[in-house]
Amino acid sequence: MNNKLSITLIAAALALTGCGEQKPPAKTEAPASSQTAAPPPAPEALEVKIGHVGPLTGGIAHLGKDNENGARLAVDEANAAGIKLDGKNVKFTLIAEDDQADPKVGTTVAQKLVDAKVNGVVGHLNSGVTIPASAVYNQAGIPMISGSATNPKLTEQGFKNVFRVVGRDDQQGPAIASYLAAEKKPKVVAVIDDATAYGEGIANEVEKTLKGAKIKVLPREKGTDKTTDWKAVLTKLRGRKPDAVFYGGMDATGGPLLKQGRELGIKAVFAFGDGACTDKMKELAGEAAEGLLCSQAGIPPQAASKNFLDAYKKKFNTDPILYSPFTYDATNLLIEAMKKANSSDPATYLPELQKISFTGATGPIEFDDKGDRKDAEITIFTMQGGKIEPLAVVKGGRTTPYEEFLKTMGGGK
Amino acid sequence: MDTFLQQVINGLTAGSVYAVVALGYTMVYGIIQLINFAHGEVVMIGAMVAFTVINALAPAGLPPLAVVLIGTACAVPVCMLVGYSMERLAYRPLRGAPRLAPLITAIGVSIILQHLALMIWSRNVLAFPQIIASRTYFIAGAAITTVQIAILAICVGLMGGLALLVYRTRLGTAMRATAQNPQVAGLMGIDVNRVIAATFVIGAALGAVAGVLFGTYYGLAQYTMGSVLGLKAFSAAVLGGIGNIPGAMLGGVLLGLVEALGAGYIGDFTDLCQYGWLSGAIDACEGGGQFILAGSNYQDVFAFIVLILVLVFRPSGLLGERVGERA
Repeated sequence: MNNKLSITLIAAALALTGCGEQKPPAKTEAPASSQTAAPPPAPEALEVKIGHVGPLTGGIAHLGKDNENGARLAVDEANAAGIKLDGKNVKFTLIAEDDQADPKVGTTVAQKLVDAKVNGVVGHLNSGVTIPASAVYNQAGIPMISGSATNPKLTEQGFKNVFRVVGRDDQQGPAIASYLAAEKKPKVVAVIDDATAYGEGIANEVEKTLKGAKIKVLPREKGTDKTTDWKAVLTKLRGRKPDAVFYGGMDATGGPLLKQGRELGIKAVFAFGDGACTDKMKELAGEAAEGLLCSQAGIPPQAASKNFLDAYKKKFNTDPILYSPFTYDATNLLIEAMKKANSSDPATYLPELQKISFTGATGPIEFDDKGDRKDAEITIFTMQGGKIEPLAVVKGGRTTPYEEFLKTMGGGK
Repeated sequence: MDTFLQQVINGLTAGSVYAVVALGYTMVYGIIQLINFAHGEVVMIGAMVAFTVINALAPAGLPPLAVVLIGTACAVPVCMLVGYSMERLAYRPLRGAPRLAPLITAIGVSIILQHLALMIWSRNVLAFPQIIASRTYFIAGAAITTVQIAILAICVGLMGGLALLVYRTRLGTAMRATAQNPQVAGLMGIDVNRVIAATFVIGAALGAVAGVLFGTYYGLAQYTMGSVLGLKAFSAAVLGGIGNIPGAMLGGVLLGLVEALGAGYIGDFTDLCQYGWLSGAIDACEGGGQFILAGSNYQDVFAFIVLILVLVFRPSGLLGERVGERA
């Protein structure tokens, strides 16, 4: 092989790596369709439009519909209650839109809602869609509350009209770490991450919390978000005998990590963040997944208030799936703030929303300066019999066993 | 010591899979001097087909081993067909062309196959059904699973079988003759097109088995899995001397070892705190801390460092001197 060929080969190899990693654009689904056309307003009633956006087509359409149901339930209840603003009867209308979980569609739909002069927005579902859309609402001065976007960036943009009723990703690290420290009492913990912003972020938070609890943390090991062979890292760690292993990353890499760890005979507790807190871990890691600890922002829908669960079941003849208690609360927060301000004008009721104190289906809600929920809950799960089961709820640094938490929620709205 | 032994076992397992994939590269290169960059994708398709079959059969209540064997038995002919069509449609028309043209075509074929797989099997990571209960044995503190033992045995078997085929059968003789000089081989009555097609088909069959082994070992399959695996196997082939069959086997195993040991120990060697004269200057070292320049996430880089070093210092590879015995 001559040198010229060698150079060609290297170039070709590099070109191929480049090609291999290229991600084709997201599949486009059927075009967005407006779910509800606004009916003509009754003569002397004041019409208040509340927008809801989530993916209603595509792979997570069921979650989008669940979110929408939560908002719809709140709107219907408000209409049934006969609320008056400024002396006029109010008719609330839900304008439900589909963002296809696509950031580009998300901003288009956001503009559409702004043009329709909605008084407030509940949504969107995905962080990646919510963040760009929030800029559109901010420009128009329309308050928006997301019930499911957990990426910290959403409320770090300095927008005064952006809120969320669910916890942030960066609250998860401290939560799972403090649970681990309190319940499993490890002496030495190994922390691994996948070198992404998410994985590294959550791993840093875990390390900080563990060190604060005077637990020895081994030097950080890293993989990538495509690593499938963790054996080298795990073999090295095995020699240092950790009592627990935390991994910040997604299930596609976390599954093999867990499986290979058990194959190597590592007996430590494995703890993961929400990226790897899915039932898919069972498929990816098989038997090794049993006993895995992991965390998710928010609370499981079954833990929402009984009133909400019953009303939801009665109206939609199905159980809430994931975030509908949060979108229900988000919608109620908008309505509550309007009531307090006695106005549906965004500029007038926004200050009321900022200082609101309200008990919803997911417990008491107040916002901090950024628009994040104060003391948001993080739920710790464990893999049991192939399913992710809630173990405990961490709120403001305090851990409550799940059973007890359910009892405290019984008296909610 | 058990850590070292464990890394060696890890390296041997991964390396033997690389070796089987590398055979596909080296055989094709040996015979028509083409780097078939789409070979990694053939491996991926093998894993995907096996995934589909095993997934469909897993609930049927057949013995797990039989299910995996049926999965492999379905993946092998599919990959052979892919290998044959690739040669017939993409490479044969370009046989007389300058060698860059088929090389670029190979990259094109690779992209086409990858996106076909994306359309068929989606972009998601597919969890390979784990129906074979893997038991772990401990040898001097190092763990080895039944799956690893099976992978080592199957790979050694495949390599032995291929060596027999190439050096002991008429087809093998024809392949070696074609590799030496296609024109003269043709004059001697060898159907050169058929021999070249057979080379592709055999390489693809080996790739299919490697795909199934890879899927069972790591427990997952994805449409992108072929690209990095393929490049590593290609590096292994170059390391051993591309075109040389024993070279590909040696190269694969060596590359697996380099990767495992490299990823296992690079963190220790690049920890600046252990070098006395440096540790004073770095704040992070105080109180037994560490300051690691390159950690185990550099695992995938080793294959390519090896590739570059070989191409610079020994372009013909470790065993690549006897150019005459290329097939």
